[in-house]
Amino acid sequence: MYETNYHRAASIEEAAKLMGTVAEGKYLSGGMTLIPTMKQRLAAPSDLVDLRHIAEMKGVTVDGRAVRIGAATTHEEVATSAAIAAVCPAICGLASHIGDPHVRHMGTIGGSIANNDPAADYPAAMLALDAVIMTDRRELRAENFFTGLFETALEEDEIVTAVRFEAPVKAAYQKFANPASRYAMTGVFVARRDDGVVRVAVTGAGSSGVFRHQGLETALSANWSPAAVANVTVDDSDLLSDIHASAAYRANLVKVMAKRAVAAA
Amino acid sequence: MGVEGIGARVARKEDKRFLTGKGRYTDDMVVPGMKYAAFVRSPHAHATIRSIDVASAKAMPGVIDVLDGKQLLADGIGNLICGWMIHSKDGSPMRMGAWRPLADKTVRYVGDAVAIVVADSVAEARDAAEAVVIDYETLPVVTDLVEALGEGQPQIHPEAPGNLIFDWEIGDAGATDQAIAAAAHVTELKIVNNRLSPNAMEPRATLGIYDAGDDHFTCYTTSQNPHLARLVMSAFYNVAPENKLRVIAPDVGGGFGSKIFIYPEEIVCLWASKRTGVPVKWTADRTEAFLTDAHGRDHVSTVKMAFDSSNRITALKVDTIANLGAYMSLFSSCVPTYLYATLLSGQYAIPAIHANVRTVYTNTAPVDAYRGAGRPEATYLLERTMETAARELGLSPAELRRINFIRSFPHQTPVIMNYDAGDYEASLTAAMKTVDWDGFAARKAEAEGRGMKRGIGMSCYIEACGLAPSAAVGSLGAGVGLWESAEVRVNAVGTIEVMTGSHSHGQGHETTFAQVVAERFGVPIDSVNIVHGDTDKVQMGMGTYGSRSGAVGMSAVFKALDKVEAKAKKIAAHLMEADESDIVIENGALKVAGTDREVPWSQVALASYTAHNLPPGMEPGLKEGAFYDPSNFTFPAGCYICEVEVDPETGQTKIVQFVAADDFGNIINPLIVEGQVHGGLAQGIGQALLEGVHYDKSGQLLTASYMDYAMPRADDLPSFKVTTSNTPCPSNPLGVKGCGEAGAIGSPPALINAITDAIGNNELTMPATPQKVWAAARAIS
Ligand SMILES: Cc1cc2nc3c(=O)[nH]c(=O)nc-3n(C[C@H](O)[C@H](O)[C@H](O)COP(=O)(O)OP(=O)(O)OC[C@H]3O[C@@H](n4cnc5c(N)ncnc54)[C@H](O)[C@@H]3O)c2cc1C
Repeated sequence: MYETNYHRAASIEEAAKLMGTVAEGKYLSGGMTLIPTMKQRLAAPSDLVDLRHIAEMKGVTVDGRAVRIGAATTHEEVATSAAIAAVCPAICGLASHIGDPHVRHMGTIGGSIANNDPAADYPAAMLALDAVIMTDRRELRAENFFTGLFETALEEDEIVTAVRFEAPVKAAYQKFANPASRYAMTGVFVARRDDGVVRVAVTGAGSSGVFRHQGLETALSANWSPAAVANVTVDDSDLLSDIHASAAYRANLVKVMAKRAVAAA
Repeated sequence: MGVEGIGARVARKEDKRFLTGKGRYTDDMVVPGMKYAAFVRSPHAHATIRSIDVASAKAMPGVIDVLDGKQLLADGIGNLICGWMIHSKDGSPMRMGAWRPLADKTVRYVGDAVAIVVADSVAEARDAAEAVVIDYETLPVVTDLVEALGEGQPQIHPEAPGNLIFDWEIGDAGATDQAIAAAAHVTELKIVNNRLSPNAMEPRATLGIYDAGDDHFTCYTTSQNPHLARLVMSAFYNVAPENKLRVIAPDVGGGFGSKIFIYPEEIVCLWASKRTGVPVKWTADRTEAFLTDAHGRDHVSTVKMAFDSSNRITALKVDTIANLGAYMSLFSSCVPTYLYATLLSGQYAIPAIHANVRTVYTNTAPVDAYRGAGRPEATYLLERTMETAARELGLSPAELRRINFIRSFPHQTPVIMNYDAGDYEASLTAAMKTVDWDGFAARKAEAEGRGMKRGIGMSCYIEACGLAPSAAVGSLGAGVGLWESAEVRVNAVGTIEVMTGSHSHGQGHETTFAQVVAERFGVPIDSVNIVHGDTDKVQMGMGTYGSRSGAVGMSAVFKALDKVEAKAKKIAAHLMEADESDIVIENGALKVAGTDREVPWSQVALASYTAHNLPPGMEPGLKEGAFYDPSNFTFPAGCYICEVEVDPETGQTKIVQFVAADDFGNIINPLIVEGQVHGGLAQGIGQALLEGVHYDKSGQLLTASYMDYAMPRADDLPSFKVTTSNTPCPSNPLGVKGCGEAGAIGSPPALINAITDAIGNNELTMPATPQKVWAAARAIS
C-alpha cells in the first residue's frame, strides 16, 4: 500500500468539504473493495475520507412500503433488519449472501453501488426495485445510475447518501456464485408490483454490467410463473465470457436463476 | 497402549500455541538492525533484459541498496539446481537450463526475480522496487505443455532444444504392445491432470543474517527440510560452507511440498545481508505466492489398458507429457518419473506395463512436488481408466477391481515397486458398506424424482511413502540419501528431548513423536519435547515430505529409543542387583520381572548423570542417536467412494457422501490420522472440483488471487466418513505406512467417476466446474 492520510467525517457536509481540500481523495466506506485495491497498489489515493461514522447516512427506515436504507448501512444490518424483512425479505436474503461475515459487517450498500462491480449483488436489486439513489446533491433512478463496468453516473466527489424504493408485492433474488470469489457469476432479481408489472435485473453476466432483461420482463408480466421463463430467449452476445463461465453458460444461468427466483418469490 | 502411548487419541500438544496466536513463524522473527526486502519481478513471461537502471530506486527514501543479477554472478553465487538426475531412454542426461537466483540476461516466467531492494520498511522497499527501470525486449511465449513440444515454438533454454528436458521410459514396451495387440478389449483414454497452486496458509518468508564478526550466516526460512536447505545452499549455491550456515525453519504454516525446495529468495537474502551488512527479511504476499511457489501436477497423458476375455488386465501403456515450467525446481524431475510411473500398477496384478514420460519447459512458474507428487497423477489416470473399462465391459466397478486385485504379498510389479503388504478387498468392502452401495439405486431413483442426477464412483488407490532405501534411490538418480536421524536425550530428572530431522509444518509431530516415547518409557507426553527445524540443534536430517516422517523419522526415534532402553535397563539391573534380561518397563518404572522390586524411570535417569553407581566401565549420561535407512517404501492403500448429486440445470455438483477406507498400517494417533485424511480429501476434492491454474497466451497468470483461484471451503465439502482397515507394514519397526497424502491421492478419481456416472458422459476434465459439468451433461442429452 502507498502512504495515505485518513480523515473521519462527522457529517455529509464535512465529508464533501474535506474532499475538496485534498489532492487525490477517495471516500472510504467499508473498505472491502478499496483497501484490497490499495494493498495491491492498484489505487493510490493521497487521502481517505471515511463515511462510516456519519449518523445521517446510517440505518434503515420503513414507512408503509417505503424503504430507505442509509448508504453507510452494512450488509449485516440489512440482512438482519426485521423492518425490511417485513416488506421486502428478498433484499435481506441478498445481503445475507454477500461475501463472508467479515465482509458483511464492514461492507456497505453505498460502497457496493458506488463501486458497481459487474458481479456485485446490490445493483441487481436496485435496478429491479426501481430504486432511487440519493446523493449529497440529487436523486437518480437506478436506471440512470449504473452506467457500465465499475461505472456510475456519480460526479466527482459526489456522495451516495441513501437509497429508497417501494417494496414490491413479490420479489426474490437468486444468485449462482462464482466458485472462487463467491460474487455473482449470474444473479437475477425479480420484482412484481401490485399492478402486475415485473422487472427483472441481471448481475454478474452482462458485459457492460447490471442490466434489465426485456424478454423475461414481458413474459413474466404476462404470466407470473416459473414456467413462463421457458420460452424466453436469452441472447448471449452481450454476456461476459471468462475462465469461469462462457457467455452461453451464463445465458443458461440467467434463465435458470430467473425461474428459481419466480418460484421463490 | 497407555493413555498417551501408541494408538491413543491424544489432542495435539502444539495446538495451544497455534490456536492462541503464539506460534513463531519466520515473519515473526525480529533481530536488531533488521531491514526489509522487496523483489523486482519480471512482468513478462519471456524477455531479454537489455538494461537495469537502479539509480532512481537507490535514491528513494529508506533505501539501503538495490542489487541485481550481475552482482550476484560476480560474487560467485551458483545456479539453482534440480537434485535428481534422470536419463532419457537414449541414455543422455536430462537437459537442465540455468536458473539464476536473480535473472541477469533472460526472464522466463512472470514473477522471475530480477533484483532485490533492501530498505528500512516493507513499504519503502516496495516503492523503490517499482522505481527500478528495466528495459526488456520481449520474446515469444509458450505456456501449454503440448504446444511447447511442437515445431517452431519459442526456445526457452538453449540447453534443451525443442523445450524437451528428457524423454524417459519405464517397463517393457515390446511385451506391453504385444499384449495390447492380443487383447480381448482395450480401453483408451486421454487424461489431463490439472495444474494446481499449493496455497500454504503461511506464505514463504526468509530472514538472512550475516554476522561479519564470525563470517557466519543464519537463515530463517519457511522450509520443510532445513538441513537439506543448508546442504544445497552450501554445496551448490556457494552461499557459505555448512559450518558457517545455520538454517532454522521455525513454526511453518503448511507446506504441501511447496516448501521442500530452495527458492531464489533464501539465497538472495543471505547474499544481500552480507552485501549490505544488515539482516534482510522478505515475506511473500499472496500474489507472489501464486506467481512463484512451485505449482503441482500439469500432465497430459494417453492411456491404453488391455483386458483378456476374463476381464483380467494384461497390459497398460501410458504416454505422458509433464510440464516443469520455466526452470527445473529441486525435485521436479523425479515427480513425473519415479514418483509417478512406478505406481501405475495400482492395486492390480498387471503383467506388462510401459510408460513414456516427456518433460517440457514452458514460460510458467516451476512445477514440482505438491501433496502426493506423482502418485495422484498415477491414481487419477489408473482409476479413471478402471471405471471407464468397467462401464465398457459391462461390469460393476467393484467387480472389475476384485478380478484384478493383487492378493498375495510380497508382489513385484513390472515398474520397480515391490508391495510388501495389503488387503485391498478389505478396504473395498469397508468402503462399500459404509457408503451403503447396495442402497444407491434407490437413492438415485429418489433424486431423479427431484430432477437431480445422482452418481457414484470409486477409486482404489495405492501410494508409496518413505522413499527408500538410500542406495536404491541413489541408483535411480537421487542426489541425496533418504534416511532419517534422531537423538534421544534423557535429562537428569527423567524428562526427555527428542531431536529429529523430520520437520513438522502441520503434521503434529510434537504429539505423535512424543507418544512413541511415552509408550516406551511410560512417561507423560508432557515430559517429552520434540526438537526440530534447526541445523544447530539437530545434527542432520532429510526433512518432511512424501509422508515419510512416520515411517522413516519415527523409526529413527524408535531405534534411538532401543539404545536408550538398553542402557537404562543395564543401569536399573545394576542398581537392583538383578539380571539385565529380567528388567521390564512398566508404568514409568524399571522393574525386576515377577517381583515387586523397581526403580522409577527418573531415578535411573538421575543415576546415569550422577554416575556415582554405574556398572563398571559404563559411560555416564543417557543420550543416544540413530540413523534409520528403510529397506523399502511403505505402501498405504485404500478405497474411496464418492456419491454426488448433479443439478442438470446449472451443472452444480454436490457431494452427498464421501467415504475413505484406508490402510495406513499401525496408527500412532487416530485423531491426527483422521485430520490428515480430512485435509488431504479437501485438497483432492479441491483439485477435482474447483482448483486450476490458468495462464493466458502471453504467460500472464489469470488465477493470481482467490478471486479467480477457487479453493475449497467448508461448505464445498461433506462430512467425511473415514475408516481404516490396517495391515501392519513389515519393513519398519512401528509397522506404520504414512497417511499425509492419501486423501489427496485417492479422492480426485472417485469424484470424477461419480460425476461422469451421474451425467452419463465420460468426457470431463478437472476441475469439474459447474460450467463444464453442465456442458458435458448437455452434450449427452
Ligand atoms: C472477500 C469479499 C467477498 C465479497 N463478496 C461479495 C459478494 O458476494 N457480492 C457483492 O456484491 N459484493 C461482495 N464483496 C464486496 C463488498 O460487498 C463490498 O461491500 C463492496 O464492494 C464495497 O463496499 P464498501 O462499503 O466496502 O466500500 P469501499 O471499499 O469503502 O469503497 C468502494 C468504492 O466506492 C466508493 N464509495 C464508498 N462509499 C461511497 C459513497 N457512500 N458514496 C460514493 N462513493 C463511495 C469508494 O471511494 C470506493 O471507490 C466482497 C468483498 C470481499 C472483500
